[in-house]
Amino acid sequence: MSYGAILAVLLALTVIGFYLGRGRARALAAGSRTRLHSLPGYYGAHVAIWIALPALILFVFWISFQSAIVEGIVWNGLPDKVTVQGETGQKEALAPERKRLLIDNIANYATGDIVSGEITPLVKQGAARFLRLQALSSWIMAAAMAILAALGLLAAYRSVSPAMRARNRVERAILILLMVASTVAILTTVGIVLSLLFEAMAFFTKISPVDFLFGLEWSPQTAIREDQVGASGAFGAIPVFAGTMLITVIAMIVAVPVGLFAAIYLSEYASRRLRATVKPVLEVLAGIPTVVYGFFAALTVAPMIRDAGAVVGLTVASESALAAGLIMGIMIIPFVSSLSDDIINAVPQSLRDGSYGLGATRSETIRQVVLPAALPGIVGAVLLAVSRAIGETMIVVMAAGLSAKLTVNPFDAVTTVTVQIVTNLTGDPEFDSPKTLSAFALGLVLFLVTLCLNVIALRVVQKYREKYD
Amino acid sequence: MDEIAMENIEAPPAAAIAEPADAPEFRVKMKTRNVNVHYAEKHALRDVSLDIGEREVTALIGPSGCGKSTFLRCLNRMNDTIDICRVTGQLELDGQDIYDAGVDVVQLRASIGMVFQKPNPFPKSIFDNVAYGPRVHGLFSDKSDLEEVVVQSLRKAGLYDEVKDRLGDPGTSLSGGQQQRLCIARAIAVGPEVILMDEPCSSLDPIATARIEELIDELRQNFTIVIVTHSMQQAARVSQKTAFFHLGDLIEQGETPQIFTNPRHEKTQGYITGRFG
Ligand SMILES: Nc1ncnc2c1ncn2[C@@H]1O[C@H](COP(=O)(O)OP(=O)(O)OP(=O)(O)O)[C@@H](O)[C@H]1O
Ligand SMILES: [Mg+2]
Repeated sequence: MSYGAILAVLLALTVIGFYLGRGRARALAAGSRTRLHSLPGYYGAHVAIWIALPALILFVFWISFQSAIVEGIVWNGLPDKVTVQGETGQKEALAPERKRLLIDNIANYATGDIVSGEITPLVKQGAARFLRLQALSSWIMAAAMAILAALGLLAAYRSVSPAMRARNRVERAILILLMVASTVAILTTVGIVLSLLFEAMAFFTKISPVDFLFGLEWSPQTAIREDQVGASGAFGAIPVFAGTMLITVIAMIVAVPVGLFAAIYLSEYASRRLRATVKPVLEVLAGIPTVVYGFFAALTVAPMIRDAGAVVGLTVASESALAAGLIMGIMIIPFVSSLSDDIINAVPQSLRDGSYGLGATRSETIRQVVLPAALPGIVGAVLLAVSRAIGETMIVVMAAGLSAKLTVNPFDAVTTVTVQIVTNLTGDPEFDSPKTLSAFALGLVLFLVTLCLNVIALRVVQKYREKYD
Repeated sequence: MDEIAMENIEAPPAAAIAEPADAPEFRVKMKTRNVNVHYAEKHALRDVSLDIGEREVTALIGPSGCGKSTFLRCLNRMNDTIDICRVTGQLELDGQDIYDAGVDVVQLRASIGMVFQKPNPFPKSIFDNVAYGPRVHGLFSDKSDLEEVVVQSLRKAGLYDEVKDRLGDPGTSLSGGQQQRLCIARAIAVGPEVILMDEPCSSLDPIATARIEELIDELRQNFTIVIVTHSMQQAARVSQKTAFFHLGDLIEQGETPQIFTNPRHEKTQGYITGRFG
């Protein structure tokens, strides 16, 4: 029985339960003099919840443990010695890794995924067993769910009475549902942070944190053979962070004035109709996938800057920090302008009126009253934009290059934290090499920096909001 | 239209004669004829013709939504800042049409100051609040001159003694009544001829209100004042002339004592005796 079918049946049962519960409540209300505590719909919802919730919880637990149990049974069923094909044809004991691989192959073969290596009779046999066990397991699960749902229906249906506070119970069920949802969100975040932390710890056992944080040389290629040259494996992160800083600064130089001025124009000068059309258009910029910005930067802007540089006699790398920074700035413009627009609009109209009433012009009013009043909020918006720029990956991967150079020259190629994370994690499958692990250390530092920026920014914005309530 | 104009022009001299002999001669500071205001489709003011006497307090009264604020905002063209607002008719300051194409609105607002219903000090220091207008208009020669202007304005607004030791504190740190006097000082500092006040006491307690009323009475020596108020007592106490608006029409205008003791129009009678509005 497929999971979809099981859930569809459960849904149908739930709906039926709702109508049953509501019908009984109505019948009770019609028969007796006493008033129902809640509207009949709440009794229906109460019954529906009792049918759906326990069965669903069982479902979730079952499918999260099913594959482990099934694989365990298949594992135990495997012979200890296997005829190794091709070579000697002898029986030999399976090393744990090979056994693991075999299990994976069996599971993959059973579900129709790609199998690595040959499909031996053993795999086929195991897969058949695997499928049988799985089918059995889902039948057991379906039966258990049906029993739970029936029990829930019975209990809830019988509890329907005028005195029962169905409304309050439904309220509590909704509260629990919402709490579970937010707990899931929080736990996932915590899990991600913890895994980041552990991998970073593994990295720091190989490379000292001091070398990592303050070292001036970054070349994560470690020697695979002893005699390999040019692969020293230096993990000083300063050049990488410097690259991120350089590109972020360039992006901010583009995004802050343009975004801010656009926001001022839209909120203070533009007519209502113009604003209603321009604002969404500006926000379309925010909807462009960053990868599109990325190839625009790499294929259009970077060569343009290089050619322009050549004309005036500057040597510009074909992957310059300037190109990446410019495009990233353009990407962030709508972010800055839309936040600033909200903040400028939150400055009370009475302040503007006061200034106009004294005979100040629009731009005088904006410069001397509106902007100072909005300043804390705008600072917050800019900080949020900075944290966005620091974490931006796609544009820099495509346009910023890989060479970790400690430079402030925007025409040079630099690399960034995010680029290094991407390149060090992809390609090289060796998971415990310092090169791969360094990605987690970089990620951890990046996470801490953006976290701090966001917290500061949100606090600043919040403080400002309170002031005009 | 001519008839209304004649009536309005004739009325003031009669009023002037009624005043004691030593009262200054009545002179029209602002003259409005057939002012109509539309907010998009809504006709908010209909054919309002009113004279505002120099160095007098004119009170605008009437039920909520009748167009008092709208009329007040016509007088210094604050309605220009509202997209959908359209003003027609004749509005003059000292015989000059203020809606003429050649008029510098910014300059106009410097000579017709405004105080709002809710005190709205800028988020700056007390000193900078008052210095805002002079700075914008370049009304001072050097630093000490600016200080002089600020101190004088605060004095005239009756606030100086309370804040003289803390001119650097933010304007928002003052009490509501002090903030409103700060706003008055801010308006005075620009050196206006007319001051428009839109319910300046509506967010203040009786004591702060009494102080502002005293202040208005003093300011009458140097300024022409138009005040919108919901309080009959306040209108009776501070104003010389009163105009009663109702649903966008100017129903009745005249000497304040006459309006309150012997209104000609029954709607006025109804409003001031509290039967509606
Ligand atoms: N910005 C605006 N846009 C649209 N309509 C407006 C606007 N301002 C005022 N109005 C309308 O014009 C009419 C007059 O409003 P106005 O503010 O002048 O009344 P008011 O006499 O000052 O009332 P209150 O005593 O409540 O302050 C009202 O019907 C109001 O709805
Ligand atoms: Mg009003």
